[in-house]
This record gives sequence, structure tokens and C-alpha cells, in this order.
Amino acid sequence: MTRLLDRTFWGLTLGLFALLLLNFLLEEWMRSIGLQSLSRGCVAIGLLVLWRTGLVSFGHALFFGFGAYTVAMLQIIGINDIILLLIGGMATAGGLALVLGFLLRQYRAIFFALLNMAFSMILYGVLAKVESLGSTDGIGISQVTFFGFTASSEAYRPTLFVFAAIFAYIAAVGSHWYLKSTLGLMTMAVRENEIRVEYLGYSAEKAIHIKYVLSGVLAGVGGVIMALTVGHVDPDSMVYWTVSGDFVFITILAGTGNVGATFIGALVYELLRTYAFEFAPEIWQLILGGALLLIIMFLPDGLWSLRSEWRSRRALAAARSGKTEKGEAGQ
Amino acid sequence: MTHVLEVRDLQKSFGGVIAAHNINVTVDTGETIGIIGANGAGKTTFVNMVTGYLPPSGGTIEFLGGSVVGMHPREVTRLGLCRSFQVPQVFLSDSVFDNMIMAYGIAERTGLGLFTPIHTDERAARVDAQLKRYQIEDYRDAAASALPQGIRKLLDIAMATVRNPKLIMLDEPTSGISVEEKFGLMDIIMQALREEDTTVMFIEHDMEIVERFVDRVWAFYQGEIICDAPTAEAMMDEKVREFVIGQEYHPAHLEGSANA
Amino acid sequence: MDLELLLVILVDGLVYSSYLFLVAVGLTVIFGVQKVLNVTHGAFYSFGAYLTAFLLGLWINDAEGSAWKLLALSLAIILIGSVFLGVVLGVLIERGLLKFLYNRDEHIVVLATFAGFLVLEDVILLIWGTDPYLAFRPLELMGSSDITGLIFDNYTFTMIGLSFLVALVLWYGLNRTQFGKVLLAVIFDREVSMAMGINVTKIFLITFIIGTFLGALGGAYHAPIISVQPGIGVEVIVLAFAVVVIGGMGSIPGALIGAIVVGLSRAAAVHLYPELELFVIYAIMALVLIFRPEGLFAPIHARKI
Repeated sequence: MTRLLDRTFWGLTLGLFALLLLNFLLEEWMRSIGLQSLSRGCVAIGLLVLWRTGLVSFGHALFFGFGAYTVAMLQIIGINDIILLLIGGMATAGGLALVLGFLLRQYRAIFFALLNMAFSMILYGVLAKVESLGSTDGIGISQVTFFGFTASSEAYRPTLFVFAAIFAYIAAVGSHWYLKSTLGLMTMAVRENEIRVEYLGYSAEKAIHIKYVLSGVLAGVGGVIMALTVGHVDPDSMVYWTVSGDFVFITILAGTGNVGATFIGALVYELLRTYAFEFAPEIWQLILGGALLLIIMFLPDGLWSLRSEWRSRRALAAARSGKTEKGEAGQ
Repeated sequence: MTHVLEVRDLQKSFGGVIAAHNINVTVDTGETIGIIGANGAGKTTFVNMVTGYLPPSGGTIEFLGGSVVGMHPREVTRLGLCRSFQVPQVFLSDSVFDNMIMAYGIAERTGLGLFTPIHTDERAARVDAQLKRYQIEDYRDAAASALPQGIRKLLDIAMATVRNPKLIMLDEPTSGISVEEKFGLMDIIMQALREEDTTVMFIEHDMEIVERFVDRVWAFYQGEIICDAPTAEAMMDEKVREFVIGQEYHPAHLEGSANA
Repeated sequence: MDLELLLVILVDGLVYSSYLFLVAVGLTVIFGVQKVLNVTHGAFYSFGAYLTAFLLGLWINDAEGSAWKLLALSLAIILIGSVFLGVVLGVLIERGLLKFLYNRDEHIVVLATFAGFLVLEDVILLIWGTDPYLAFRPLELMGSSDITGLIFDNYTFTMIGLSFLVALVLWYGLNRTQFGKVLLAVIFDREVSMAMGINVTKIFLITFIIGTFLGALGGAYHAPIISVQPGIGVEVIVLAFAVVVIGGMGSIPGALIGAIVVGLSRAAAVHLYPELELFVIYAIMALVLIFRPEGLFAPIHARKI
């Protein structure tokens, strides 16, 4: 079991405690940025999980939107507790991923990406026309209870933040462990060589399917958090193809090396977006797009690669100063 | 006694091209079968059908008494019928060790066990034992993409045998290997496989290798088996000499094969 | 269903198809040759529409003169503007961006063009602001026709004509000219073409300029019909994706068929079941991907061990 409690695990745990402490200090606008980062971070982890198999979805807003709209629908029928809403969002998004997975697991490369996009646009087309869910205007989300308790108005957002942080923490640790498990590593092997995986006795498609459901559930969690954060769901900001594009953006920005980095990527994205919109509303897309291009050109492995760069530099410096590095080739 | 493998009336056509026609063969435990034939004679198609990669157009394939027709490669593999590849199928960006531990992980984990970490000390020990058996322990930490061809072939076969298969089909284990290295490579492979009591079939173009390692030969020609006989007999068979190995090949002499 | 409705659906559908084809064909040309799914294409469309609407507003909207003269001038603006944009944006994006990405993962390339799209969309806003531009003059000048009691703008019919002209020129260029043969060689095998001494870099640049020109032309020719405002490119690119996927990525006849399929089914939905308008397009896209992932017009390849 000790292998599970590795540096990433402790890093994430430390991050969780830092967030819970910060919660007391944050101004509300910062907390909103934090909440949105946690939400998009969850979705981006789902994309990272797929990315490890070489699959990219240009339509994960499908599951994100499904999670978000599940909150709206459950509230319509009177369910209003955060845990039930979370379970509901995970179940519907996961259920949808399970069904679509039977199909999507047969596709690779650009076809996988585009089929996902087609499905997300179908949902968009439906939601934009369903009047009981507000069609293009969307529908408001009311305040929720926490395990049956109602938070006072000052305490509501901080409480929401605590729950969102814990959900995101569980999602991140779970995904990290999954990626280290036999199945998680196997799907990286699927990227390398599906035939070999088949001839070792496991179905590459099944491995992908499981991964797809996991990524759908993660996107659903993100959708639930976002719906509660914004207090409103609508097709344009939850399901449109550009929303899916933003998720891929975060994945690239963060790099696919580590689930913890994904949240940092989501935060950077959120800050970029907020500040660009604040100070240069005319060109915020330009700034965002420019940042993405810089990352693609100069940091192909995302922000996470800064860390390995720093490490190798440190190792180099250590070697220069005459220390002997041992055990470098191990592991 | 049931045969390890029993193939009856196997047929395969791709559009109008016949790749397998009336193939009837049996393999018994402990045999070593050599499959010879020119390129396009249907050897790899045969292996692909037996291991579930291609569905046959007709006929039956029984492995240890049970039909494997219609099964996926993964199901056939789980029954204990494994194969290696002419072009080694390994995880190129991983190290040799990681390749092997992945192979063991996939072979040994099922159900919820798949969600547990792949690295365990016992498994690492089994990986090292297997690397030693195939004499590639020196390359343990090298990336698979950087391996010499012979070592990569050995890795491919070592990965194919993690389940201790009853029968293994090797697709041209010595292709792309220099003449000097071929015998050494085959010695390692055959010794490792005999340790595990694995029945072996392999596709081979080099008749010297065939004569040295094989009990019985199947000669493929245009999708049919034109000769199924003990090696020495097959080497002298008129049809085999005409269509497969060439008249100028003299068994047990040092001249190169006409087919190389 | 009465005949009149059928006629409306048919004409509306064909007009919409021709619009879709004009936008999608550039996308498919670029994908066919460079294997790049170019999101920036949506911005090429916007650029074409904005430049045209702006120039028409400047020189045509309030101009005096005979209808023929003004129409000829409008057409010249559309054409010259598109060529100009094709060269400027084409060179900029291909030399300044894609050149560095040809050996990267295809998803990264798509994302890079997405980034390029975001940047260009804001450049448009910087140049032309957020107010809509209207340039209906050519539409009015051409008048309208009465078909069995239904009124249709003549301008929209010329769009159908333009689409066929573009399809014809591209077909001719690809199948009957030296450049076309070279292009086919590059499409078939990039490495071998290079080894044969074909200047693939140049081919890529020219193809991309042509594709950009076509995207801009789609926007430019469409400008007199629509209100040119922020966000038109976002909508168009995803529609163009659907068309290209349905027809088969990289196939010109595929883009034509895809455009007709999408155009007619959307028109049918709009007139019969308006709530299905968007749904139907992406449902077809999904169905095609499911049953013929390579599109209606491409053969399916199998993987070999």
C-alpha cells in the first residue's frame, strides 16, 4: 500500500489543506476563480486520463454539461443536497459515457476527437431547444444544502469551496492511483501497441472503455461544481464546442505528466482569462490564444515540464560542483 | 489422447484470393513444427487464423480439444496459445523491464485486481527470472526502441510467454538477424521454451535452422500445405524442393538457402 | 406535405448547401494535402465577411450608378478582397505557425489552429469593432424571383452557381493540370514526393493559400446576406467540420455531397421540425462517423500486422 502514498499523493493532500486554510483568507472573487479552477481541473484530469492513451476528446463539454444540467433537473424535482447532486451528476455523466463508450472505444485519433464533438453538439442542439430547461437562456441553480444543513449566506460560498476542494481532491487522488494501477498503465501500453496488449490477453477496447467512463465521471463532477459555482447553467457556456476546446487548452497548458499540475494549469487558465477580460476585454481571446501558442511552441509538455527542466538543471549543477550522483539510472 | 492443435478443412479467401485452402494438420504435445514456404504462401495468415486475429472462411480449429474459431486473440491467448511477431510488438518507449512487468501485469491481473499497482516485488523477481531465461538481463533498463533487432525479438518472445503457454507460434523468429547470430538466438529461444514444456511452431525461411531445430515440417504453397512430414523427409520431397526450398539446396550442407 | 413547402425546402436547402460548400471546401483541401484540421478556417470566413461588408459599406451601399456597374464592382471587391486575404492570412498562418508543427501530434496541431482562431477573431474585433456591418446592396440590386408564388432573392441563386464553379475549377485543377498531379502525389505520399524532388514546402504553402482564399471567399460572398457581427466564425467552423466529416475529410466531391446532405436536412428541419435544426446536422455527423468513419467518400483501410 505504501506505493500508493507517493509524492504526488502527499502533494495533493498538502494542496487540499492549503486550500482549506486559504479559504479563510480569500476574497469572494478569488474564491470564485478557485472554484472554477477546481471545476475545470476535474474535467481536464478526465482529458489527461484519455490523453495517456493518445486519445483526445474535442467534446468533453458533453459530460461537463450533462453534470451541470443534472443539477438543474434534480433541483426541479426537489433534490437539493450537494452530495445527492454530485452523485446524480456523476451517475448521469458516467452512464452516458458508459453507453457512448461501446461505440467510441472502437475509434482512435481524429475520429475519436470528432465523434465526441458531434455528440456534444447534439446535446447542445437539444438543450438550446428544450424550453423547460430555459433553451438558450439556460436555467438558474438555487443554493444547495450540505448533508442536509443549510449554510448562512456568508458561510455559503466558503462551504461550497470546502466541498468542491474535497471533491476535486478525491477525483485527483483517485485518478492518480488509477493511472498507476495495472489498468492505468495498461492503457498507456494500448497507446504504444494495441496488438501486443490483445496478445497478452486483455481487450484494448475494454481498457479504453473503462477509461472513457472514468473521464466522463470526472467531467460530470466538474459540471456539478461549475453549476453550483455560477448558479446558472446554459448551453453556450456549458456545452458549446468552444467549452470543450478550453478543456483541451488546460490539458495542454498543464501538460499530461501529473494530475496535480492539471489544477495549476486550470488556475493559470482561469487567471489568464479573468485578468485578460478585466484589463483588456477587447483582446482577451487574443491573449488566451497567444498564451496557448507560446505553450505549444516552447513548452510542448506543458507547465509540468518546467519542473523537470528545473530538476535536470539542478542535477547538472550538482554534477558540476563535483558531487557524485548515484542511483540516477534506478527505477 | 487429444492433440494440442487440430485444424480441419481450414479455408480463407480475401476477395478472390485464396490464402488458405483445405488445411488439415495436427500438433502433439512436445513437438516442434517448422512452417516453411515462400512469401505470400499463407503462413502468417495461418498463424493469424489460429490465434484469432483473422476469422477463417471455413473449417475448424481446436486447441486442446476445444474450438477457438470466432474467439478474439485475447481469448485464445488466455487459453494458452500465444504468438510472437515477425516485427516485434513491444512497447517501444518503455524500458525492457517495464515491457516485461506490463506483460506480467496484464497476464496476471483480472477484475478489480487491475486497479492495484503493477509493481510488486514478487512480480519484479519473475520479470528478472524471465529476462535471465532469455539472456537479455543486461538490457533490463534500456529503452525497447534502442535495442538491437535480436534482443528485441527475444523480448517479444519473452513477453509472449509470460503465461507459460501450451503452444507458441513464432512468426519468423530469425528474420532480420545476421547469419552468425541466428543459431545462438534460436538456441536461447528453444532452450527457454523447453524448460516450460511449451509446444513450438515457427515460421522460418532458413533451412539450416529448420533442419537443426524442427521435428516436422509443413510446407505452404499458394495457401495449401503441400507437405507435412518429418524434417529429413520433407527436405527431400520433390514438391517441396520445387516450390519452396529450391533444387539447389542440399540438406546439411553449408550452402545458403535459396530462399534467403 | 404540399409541393410549395417541398420547393421552399429544396431551394433553401440548396442555398444553404452552397454556402456550406464554399466554407467547407477550403477546409477539406487543406486537410487533404496537409492533414491539418484547420480551426483557423472559421476566422478566414469572418475576415472575408468583415472585409467585404466594410468595403461594400464604404463604396457600394450609398453609391450611385447602374445596377450592373455596382454589381460588377461588388463582385470585384469580393474576389480581390478574398485573394488578398488568402495570400496575407495564408502566408501568415502557414509560414508563421503550421510550418513549425508538421511533425507534431495531430491533436496539438488542431489545438494550435484553435489558438490561432482565437487570436484572429480578436484581431477582427480590433480592426472592425463590435458593431454589426450590413451590406445588403448587392442583394437588393439583383432583385428577387417569384417561383410559384414564393419570393427568392436572386443573389442566393448566384451562390449556388458560384459553388458549382468552384467545384468545377478545383476538379479541373486537381485532375487536369500539372500542379494537380504534383498535388496528388504529395497527398498520396509526402516522403516519396520529397524524394522525387517535389518541393513539398512550396506545395503546402500554395495549398494553404488556396484554402484560405476559399474560406475568405465563403465569408465574402455570404456577407451581403447576413449581418456581419462577432461570433459568425465560431458557428461556421463547427458546421464546416460536420460537412467535411460527413463527406470524407480531404475529399472535394465529399465536401459537395456533405454540404448538400447537411443543407437539405437542415432546411427540412427548419421548415418541418424547427426544434431539430441543430440536432439533425450533428446527428448525421455522428451517424456517418459511426458507420463510415472515413466519410461517405473515402475507402476504409484495414491495419496489417
